[in-house]
Amino acid sequence: MAVLVGKETRLIVQGITGREGTFHAKGCDEYAKQFGNTLVVGGVTPGKGGTTHEGWPVFNTVEEAVAATGANATVIFVPPPAAADGILEATAAGVPLIVCITEGIPVLDMVKVWEVVKDSKSRLIGPNCPGVISPGKAKIGIMPGRIHKEGSVGIVSKSGTLTYEAVYQLTQRGIGQSTAIGIGGDPIIGTTHIDALRLLNDDPDTEAIIMIGEIGGSAEEAAAEFIKQHVKKPVVGFIAGQTAPPGRRMGHAGAIISGGEGTAESKMAAMSAAGIHVVKSPAEIGDAMAGLLGR
Amino acid sequence: MKIHEYQAKEILRKYGVAVPDGEMAISIEEADTAAKQLFSAGNAVVVVKAQIHAGGRGKGGGVKLAKTLEEAAAASKAILGMQLVTHQTGPAGQKVQRLLVEAGSAIDRELYLGLVLDRASGKVVFMASQAGGMEIEEVAHDTPEKIYKEYVDPAIGFQAYQARKLAFKLGLQPAQIGEAVRFMMGLYKAFIETDSTLMEINPFITTKDGKLAALDCKINFDDNAMFRHKDLKELRDISEEDPLEVEASKYALNYIKLDGNIACMVNGAGLAMATMDIIQYAGGSAANFLDVGGGANQEQIENAFGILLSDKNVKAIFINIFGGILRVDVLATAVVAAAKKLNVQLPIILRLEGTNVEEGRKIIAESGLKVQIGATMKEAADLAVAAAKG
Repeated sequence: MAVLVGKETRLIVQGITGREGTFHAKGCDEYAKQFGNTLVVGGVTPGKGGTTHEGWPVFNTVEEAVAATGANATVIFVPPPAAADGILEATAAGVPLIVCITEGIPVLDMVKVWEVVKDSKSRLIGPNCPGVISPGKAKIGIMPGRIHKEGSVGIVSKSGTLTYEAVYQLTQRGIGQSTAIGIGGDPIIGTTHIDALRLLNDDPDTEAIIMIGEIGGSAEEAAAEFIKQHVKKPVVGFIAGQTAPPGRRMGHAGAIISGGEGTAESKMAAMSAAGIHVVKSPAEIGDAMAGLLGR
Repeated sequence: MKIHEYQAKEILRKYGVAVPDGEMAISIEEADTAAKQLFSAGNAVVVVKAQIHAGGRGKGGGVKLAKTLEEAAAASKAILGMQLVTHQTGPAGQKVQRLLVEAGSAIDRELYLGLVLDRASGKVVFMASQAGGMEIEEVAHDTPEKIYKEYVDPAIGFQAYQARKLAFKLGLQPAQIGEAVRFMMGLYKAFIETDSTLMEINPFITTKDGKLAALDCKINFDDNAMFRHKDLKELRDISEEDPLEVEASKYALNYIKLDGNIACMVNGAGLAMATMDIIQYAGGSAANFLDVGGGANQEQIENAFGILLSDKNVKAIFINIFGGILRVDVLATAVVAAAKKLNVQLPIILRLEGTNVEEGRKIIAESGLKVQIGATMKEAADLAVAAAKG
């Protein structure tokens, strides 16, 4: 069954005529087609409405695109100055799932966006994330589809390449994935570790979970508490940035230890205390999961 | 992006937030002129403050009071050019290249005001505390009840009643409340309009004659918002930053210098952090954090090599690439070309994984470069640590 994205997903691409939008619209669509699924149904680029791009109809507004195509998901490849507006437009159009790939959105823009999105019917994934994939069904995002394998391990992660790393280690060991959710590395994100864990926990096809976090904030500590109380499925955890110096932003806008908050040590301790199998080395994620599953 | 105290105070002035009179000086002469003006304006005390991008300056000897021109001159001579060591600079300290010469204040109470983004609620939070002049992190850790918070509704912004609540909790006198509200509203406006992620007034003082002022001010801007603040971008002082980091930023490379001897080149911030971790796990230490991004081409790899090789501590280079959208064979070709062009002599340890990995490994094997390939991330980390030890 997987979560968030599947064979019933109908996707529009905001920024479809741009370089990134075009490249990844094709990538997502080709991935779904391999499994006989229809995914991309159109795109939005203001001012290019009425034209077609790579065979897809282009619309001026998200509202028009949804009305014409029946899309139930959108992916945003709009540059940072306009991306927050793009999320708000999709929310106003009532799109149930909004995946924002864009990196570099000003955080005060996201403060406003979140105020609207949190009380809306839309679920936002990201920004600054690789997206979501349900292997063997469909993907919304920039992850390489071919390293994945359909199966029963759910993944939630703040980091793109570390997600790929975990997926690849699983696939090499013959362990497939139900859904991998890249929630993004920004300080304000639409779907947190807890939200993603709740989805994976409720998904009957997800047998075990990998949770990847990184320094900064206290979302992992909160997620550990959630797991302790609600999650019975086995969980493997890893936190990146165990050797990161405090006060420095490590690539992601949200990856910073400040005011004594957000250390890897604190997150790993909270996760271990919650019964999560925490690995210190990123090379051990696959083996740890294989061990827990008895494979 | 960090700025100096004197720059932060100039911003506050524009928003009507009270700060002591003062001038920035880059020479003893300028400092003397500024001190002379302040004394002749009737100030009994002048303060000479080191301007570096680090806190704890007072304890490190970077702040001195002067009651006469001679004392002020002595203070400027002592501070300008000194290597100021604080708990935030590291043991090497930071060279003081600018001073702020400002009017001394007759301090009655030292309080704290701060604006910061609260990640959990997704809102800006306005904080106030009577425990001013101390490390606020310690106050937050030991006695969190001493920090008062007001969360700001993004739709309507910070409201006067919220400022009043904080002002009363700070124990300000009824006659000071109106001024405190204007002070806080000005701060909030400055925070929002400059796209700040942090604004701290520590200490926020009341003077013996009942006035309010920002005695110190720290502001950090959101790097992601600088595209709409060309004026603020110019406040960047690159002499406060590591020269290699400044160089890397020219090429849009995400680089942070560290103290170890194994240079890292990685794609993706999370994997880059994890690579530093696995090096330590293998018994070594990383010389840097470097995320070359998802679209690394030969030019970008060359730039990255250039930065890594400029760090004289480096004994080995660990390249950890997970090819996703970026194919491993394309990347391997770029690494080979860049390494040959720059004639890299240090041991290179490669760990390549992902799309087209077999072709990638073949390109490396046939390149004639002395490159070791680790089959797994762990094996590569072990090889890198061994190579760095010589």
